[in-house]
Amino acid sequence: MSAISYVRKVVAGEAGLWKSSKPILARLDIELTDRCNNNCLHCSVNLPAGDVEARASEWTAARWKTLLDEAAGLGCLVVRLTGGEPLLRADFEEIYLHARRLGLRVMLFTNATLVTPRLARVLRDVPPLEAVEVSVYGLTEKSCEAVTRARGSFAACRRGLGLLGENGVAFTVKGAVLPPTRGEADGLEAWAASLPGRTGSTSFATLFDLRSRHGDGKSALIAGLRMGGDEFVDFSRRRGEGAVDEWRDFCGRSGGARGDRLFTCLPAGASAAVDPYGRLQHCLGLRHPDAVYDLAAGSLREAVTGFLPRLRGTRASDPAYRERCGRCFLKGLCEQCPAKSWAEHGTLDTPVEYFCGIAHAQAVAAGLLDRGEKAWTVRDGSKRAKGRIGSWRKRSI
Amino acid sequence: MEEKIDLSRVYGPSDDVVVREIEGEIVIVPLTSGIGDLEDELFTLNETGRDIWSRIDGSRPLGAVIEDLAKDYDAPDGLVRRDVVGILQELLERRMIVERD
Repeated sequence: MSAISYVRKVVAGEAGLWKSSKPILARLDIELTDRCNNNCLHCSVNLPAGDVEARASEWTAARWKTLLDEAAGLGCLVVRLTGGEPLLRADFEEIYLHARRLGLRVMLFTNATLVTPRLARVLRDVPPLEAVEVSVYGLTEKSCEAVTRARGSFAACRRGLGLLGENGVAFTVKGAVLPPTRGEADGLEAWAASLPGRTGSTSFATLFDLRSRHGDGKSALIAGLRMGGDEFVDFSRRRGEGAVDEWRDFCGRSGGARGDRLFTCLPAGASAAVDPYGRLQHCLGLRHPDAVYDLAAGSLREAVTGFLPRLRGTRASDPAYRERCGRCFLKGLCEQCPAKSWAEHGTLDTPVEYFCGIAHAQAVAAGLLDRGEKAWTVRDGSKRAKGRIGSWRKRSI
Repeated sequence: MEEKIDLSRVYGPSDDVVVREIEGEIVIVPLTSGIGDLEDELFTLNETGRDIWSRIDGSRPLGAVIEDLAKDYDAPDGLVRRDVVGILQELLERRMIVERD
């Protein structure tokens, strides 16, 4: 026997944690409810907090606890609890503590308006081991509540953040760039940086998903709120050219075109998502009927080892996808994926013009394309991108 | 702060951590506050550490654990004692192991 250092600290998710095989499931995302006490302009998820039908259909705490047991048994280390607003559930604390007692780290996504002194103490005493991610929708009551469309949400959010800070619960702040909050980004960042307990940098939601999951006509409103390509580039450049440099480098390192592959976002087995009603999906955004597994009629193990690998092997059949996305070297920039295709078109493999436009604007800014040039028409696009890793940028015209 | 290790005492895993075995690795996950330094830290044990950990189960005095290990490893008592005391020191400081009554 010989040992010098016995205990090794690792940052969760570090690849070096696993010497040989990796767990079957690394992360599980759970939407505890579609309901929310806010009614945000841009939200693709929320149903009213008091929606009786939705509430009655949600899985009970007992079912979630059983699923968490299964997830832990598959080696899962991280569970994301989100919604809707997960704190709307009276049994949130029970589900949260169960996850933590199983040795799961918890990523909690919340608007913080329902954080109580008791919950803040629970999060202090049994920390989630991940910073709580708090969506903050405006610097002022006026801008915030123009987004949330919920009176009192501004004060409630700040009260919740205060409770987290007072109890030493680490949290990050996330903003959203919307018409009522345009121009607030710098102010929000500075304000967030001053908060006790706040950690990391402030991120901003900019490219919003349409609301196909509910089919209630709100998608048109959301589409009208979204930034165009040039606006997205300008927003990303507000702190200098660092983001543009990253796009160029990332594009150069992201490999060749997709071909007819649809699922290019994560290695097999990395994660899965479950909606409030116990339906497992590849990710939170993908609810295409062919891409959903009913856990009530099966098991998490079967879903993760059988259903998801089969799904991830799905190939594109849409000729437009094969012609454009399949040949495009901007894979690393573009958000095109089955979830986006489903949200916009109800299919798995239709090119999404909106995200295509955003990626092309990024590529122009990064000097990878001329304005008007289509990435899928570029021969050896990957070589072009690789050749410009770390290069001086070409100014967009 | 150095903890005093007593070979006649019984030690066992703390209720402040959750110990998981995943794909052959022992992963120690903090449960209560103050175990890790950062919010996203987990802990694993090296090979020696794993074997020692599995025997510090709250059922017998530390001296007996050391005797067993010395037999299994065919190693001198002194060397085994050094390793066991070393890991116990570290785990006690991190509150992952506690002394049992």
